[in-house]
Amino acid sequence: MDLFEYEARELFETHGVPVLRGITASTPEQARVAAEELGTDVVVIKAQVKTGGRGRAGGVKLARSPQEAQARAADILGMDIAGHRVRTVMVAEGADIAAEFYFSLLLDRASRGYLAMCSVEGGMDIETLARERPQALARVPVDPRRGLDQAKAEEIVAAAGFAEADRAAVASVLVRLGEVYRANDATLVEVNPLVKTRDGRIVALDGKVTLDANAAFRHPEWDRYRDEDSDDPLEVRARAKGLNYVKLDGSVGVIGNGAGLVMSTLDVVAKAGEGLPGSPRPANFLDIGGGASAEVMANGLDIIISDDQVKSVLVNVFGGITACSEVAKGIIDALVMLGDRATKPIVVRLDGNAVEVGRHMLLEAAHPLVQLQDTMDAAARRAAELAISERGSNVDLA
Amino acid sequence: MSIWLDQTSKVIVQGMTGSEGGKHTRRMIASGTRIVGGVTPGKGGQAVTFEERPVPVFDTVAQAKEATGANVSVIFVPAPRARAAVIEAVDAELDLAVVITEGVPVADTVDFVAYAQGRGSTRLIGPNCPGLISPGKSNVGIIPATIAGRGRIGLVSKSGTLTYQMMFELRDIGFSTAVGIGGDPVVGTTHIDALAAFEADPETDCVVLIGEIGGDAEERAAEFVASHMTKPVVGYVAGFTAPEGRTMGHAGAIVTGSAGTALAKKRALEAAGVRVGRTPSETAALMRQIVAAL
Repeated sequence: MDLFEYEARELFETHGVPVLRGITASTPEQARVAAEELGTDVVVIKAQVKTGGRGRAGGVKLARSPQEAQARAADILGMDIAGHRVRTVMVAEGADIAAEFYFSLLLDRASRGYLAMCSVEGGMDIETLARERPQALARVPVDPRRGLDQAKAEEIVAAAGFAEADRAAVASVLVRLGEVYRANDATLVEVNPLVKTRDGRIVALDGKVTLDANAAFRHPEWDRYRDEDSDDPLEVRARAKGLNYVKLDGSVGVIGNGAGLVMSTLDVVAKAGEGLPGSPRPANFLDIGGGASAEVMANGLDIIISDDQVKSVLVNVFGGITACSEVAKGIIDALVMLGDRATKPIVVRLDGNAVEVGRHMLLEAAHPLVQLQDTMDAAARRAAELAISERGSNVDLA
Repeated sequence: MSIWLDQTSKVIVQGMTGSEGGKHTRRMIASGTRIVGGVTPGKGGQAVTFEERPVPVFDTVAQAKEATGANVSVIFVPAPRARAAVIEAVDAELDLAVVITEGVPVADTVDFVAYAQGRGSTRLIGPNCPGLISPGKSNVGIIPATIAGRGRIGLVSKSGTLTYQMMFELRDIGFSTAVGIGGDPVVGTTHIDALAAFEADPETDCVVLIGEIGGDAEERAAEFVASHMTKPVVGYVAGFTAPEGRTMGHAGAIVTGSAGTALAKKRALEAAGVRVGRTPSETAALMRQIVAAL
């Protein structure tokens, strides 16, 4: 789960990381009031979006008066930045910057530990820096059981090549950022830029924090971070039902069990669609999980059928723990529940636990929209074909 | 032989008195696994009866090991207690601890993996994995024992259901051991660990390696295949259609920027001489060609 910059800033402040004052606003008027409250000669209006590149997109502007802050906020609010609508801006104090640095602490899957990255060349995109000037980016492994302590922080600032005079101040900020990481179950804490002001202070001018969703059970305070209105409405509905759903842009709805099998099913659908007119592609990822009940199946089918882009549906289940009879019951129940709203053909492939019972139930029910296929490949091909014929094209599929 | 698990393995279940632990203990016993005890703090001295066979419950892993000679634990405790359960299994110096629990905070996993490595006596598999099966010998975790029988293919996979799918596709040939290593960003046993064990196992002739988007475990496995494997390896990677920046079910399944894509993994494996199928059935067909040529 990614945080907005203003949320990261709050966490920084809580853990004693120096930040500049900043106030959020969701209307231009609020931005003007915020600028008045800050009372500095210059304020910065920053779009709050969970994506990079907002500066280039025009989502960060300077303002030299409250009136100008209001005008710039009006420009930025409502803007679309890489598919993210700007609903909030942060009005922050302007900084008098002497130097810009970079710091991040992240989970390193390869070493199964943590990695600190630090550079005295901050401000630019880190992937660009890593590519173009890799020698300028220090990479220092952080022992998982020791954490980012004072000694490690000193090692990092030395490796990054900070001037002797700045090392102690920067190291103390890094220790605090390490504490932000540890105390909040983060998988990423990034500060770009970390700056030195003309009066010699080290300040985190921006912040990106990613939290580990698996740790939510021990962070009741995370409830305030949900911002469901910024997402796709079908994804919001699916989340409310506890379903693992990701909206994609194709026309073949996909339901399966197990993340790996569903990912694989999307690929098989895309491959089956390659040779067909319009190249139908998967419309979504939906994993109903292990041991899925009929109710979960019905909820999933309901979400998928509500997607206007969906022209056909593929249900691909390999019953390990999940019983195919439950899946079949779910399909039948869902069709009863959906009634006239169910208009899209559903291709079903079942194998594994209780497969004979499941197939038999579907054959008995003989619903006109449901057809069975024996293999994953055949089912994907059929679903892709149905997606084009449902488009209204007169392609001969025989 | 087989890897890590055979008919001599004596298995305890941490969390056996819970609903998931109990359900799967019953299935493991039915498939022939030697379940010698369960561990639930505070319930020591009780017993749980499965198919008329009482299985004793102990308060600690150490007590269970002392009383039964157990060398393997399978962990079904809820995510908030997984870390403590693993540490306990490692402290008891079991040979193998298999963590089925999903939703474990990655900081906990990083911690207990580092701890186990420091102690050096316990192999961890998982978390968030289906476990492993050496068909006809032992089955630890939740992989259905009825999909495929004993044979000479080794299988290692991040995904549970793709393990089942691939075992099903190749059920007539059979498996020495199939290992689900789990889909979390950090896991105790990697593809490379399993490849090395299969390479050393005289009952394994060839290996199916199943990966998915996220991280670079498959790329590193490819390097290992090129430099250390003499046995043929067939690969499959799921997630070609996954969009950038979205987690696809498994916590670790995410393409970040240009890193972790299925295409990059497929290319790395192919460059290492691994034949990679585009679908599970195509992968199974490649494996059939290899088995036929052995």
